[in-house]
Amino acid sequence: MSKVALKAGARLKSAVSDVQVMAIKIPAGEYEITCGGVPMVGASDEAPAGASMDAGDSGETLMGKRYVDEGETVEFLCTKAGAGSLALDGKPLDVKQAKQLPSSD
Amino acid sequence: MLLDMAAEAFGDRTAVVCGDQRLTFAELREKAQRAAKLFQDGGAEYVALLDTNGPVLPVAIFGAAYAGVPYVPLNYRLTRGEINELVQRVKPCQLIVGDQFRAQVDDDEQVNMIATQDVLGLSGEVEEIDGAMVDPESVAVQLFTSGTTGKPKAALLRHENLVSYIIGTVEFGSAEETDGVLVTVPPYHVAGIAAVLSSTYACRRMVQIESFDPKLWLDTCRNEQTTSGFLVPTMIGRIVEYLDAQCEELNAPSLKAIAYGGGKMPLATIQRAMQLFPNVDFTNAYGLTETSSTIVVLTPDDHRTAANSDDPAVQRRLGSAGQPTGAVEIEIRDDNGQAVGANEVGMIYVRGGQVAGEYKEQGSQLDADGWFCTKDLGFFDDGGYLFIDGRADDVIVRGAENISPGEVEDVLREHPAVADVAVAAMPDEEWGEAVAAAVVLKDGATADEAELQALVRERLRSSRVPQTILFKDELPYNDMGKVLRRVIRQEFAALVQA
Repeated sequence: MSKVALKAGARLKSAVSDVQVMAIKIPAGEYEITCGGVPMVGASDEAPAGASMDAGDSGETLMGKRYVDEGETVEFLCTKAGAGSLALDGKPLDVKQAKQLPSSD
Repeated sequence: MLLDMAAEAFGDRTAVVCGDQRLTFAELREKAQRAAKLFQDGGAEYVALLDTNGPVLPVAIFGAAYAGVPYVPLNYRLTRGEINELVQRVKPCQLIVGDQFRAQVDDDEQVNMIATQDVLGLSGEVEEIDGAMVDPESVAVQLFTSGTTGKPKAALLRHENLVSYIIGTVEFGSAEETDGVLVTVPPYHVAGIAAVLSSTYACRRMVQIESFDPKLWLDTCRNEQTTSGFLVPTMIGRIVEYLDAQCEELNAPSLKAIAYGGGKMPLATIQRAMQLFPNVDFTNAYGLTETSSTIVVLTPDDHRTAANSDDPAVQRRLGSAGQPTGAVEIEIRDDNGQAVGANEVGMIYVRGGQVAGEYKEQGSQLDADGWFCTKDLGFFDDGGYLFIDGRADDVIVRGAENISPGEVEDVLREHPAVADVAVAAMPDEEWGEAVAAAVVLKDGATADEAELQALVRERLRSSRVPQTILFKDELPYNDMGKVLRRVIRQEFAALVQA
């Protein structure tokens, strides 16, 4: 399994580090989400044994940050920080620039 | 999940302060996880809370979430009979109860009462519970509506609704270390729950006061150096009155922002508040229990632009609810369910991930496309600002004409002798319903029925003129500052029968 169908609210965890994310915005379709170059798994699934992080990935995924693709059509929220960068179908996801949200509290 | 994030990133920060009690985010998580163990071991279907604001509030909310059991805050201001009726609707349950309310609850073997102090005092090993394992589709909170139209309804908010609201409106960890929000809304109101979740996700210190009093609010604000606060309009009115009566200044340099909501803000109150607190950013929030709180906001810039504008169309936006947050869509529809354009009054519909629109007994109220009917009337102006025109249930149908109490009240309130007013329907043989008004006059001021009727006739159509005006010492309000039109309607109905 590499590509999976995801919907907003879905929780994923890294197979190679502590990273956990939640899908905030995601158009219908099938995707491969990786952390440290290795496909992420469902939050309640067992991580496959023996997987190891892409040696060239020195990135980190940061708590509470929103990660988006270039066109901001997909958005993931990091709910647990850890080692490894996020990528969608091989393209890296970047931290979304925080914007002022209209908030009442 | 929200608390886990805060505890991991900012565990040492103060999460909650009430009097001399203080908890950091890490301590809050420990207490919530110990409470969750207690709830799970008790095996009840609900965790209910009957107490005033205090650290137990976030502990119970997050503890219930960790345990995967719905949290049900109960209104401690209800009568003994009403409280027990609600408790019966959520048993078997674990009921966290403050000492002063213990005697209000009947003994029942399916109601396991735990004292607030015992929940906070739990000690021993913490069994790590992974907040990510909670089913997002499970019910997080069950809130009883105030029941202004009948028996309280049990509104359900699922984890996915609340998370959608928080993530759609708050940036994680956005609070500064020194920030603090002063929370005065009661725990059984959706704003009380939203305040806990928003503060936690922003990693902001939450300062609670048990029950509102203008002097206590000002003292706490000054002593704790809180930077923001959430109030209902009535509370802002009382703070303004208090300061004016004492000839006192705000004198709380830390205070940067006040948000308000939960009822209609009188124009004079917000204008006076903006004069008294020129450096404070005001935000008006409109929302419902069924929509996980806020869906429309009037921002601080909107407030200032409206207050400083010469254009009447912009000025009047100070009395609007503002514009929809990015997290929801809003549509105004006519009686046939067709969407209407700007400046046309209709029913307000809302759609979005935070919109629960569901009751335990009545089920989901969303239509096939996910829209929820708020039963509030309103319209958008040309700039996309939403004006709320009252509850559909409160509309007076005189002949075939729909009359909104709000527009008549606004005119009567302009009379210099009028302190407060509520307009409601009165049964009428000729018209089916007629307009009637209950008026409270200012101390020492006088005005007679004919004079007030003339004012309405001059400003609005003759059909809007109240055919009966009742002078009263005060109007009935619920504790969120909403006038109880139902009670006033009953009074007028009794008048007709007599």
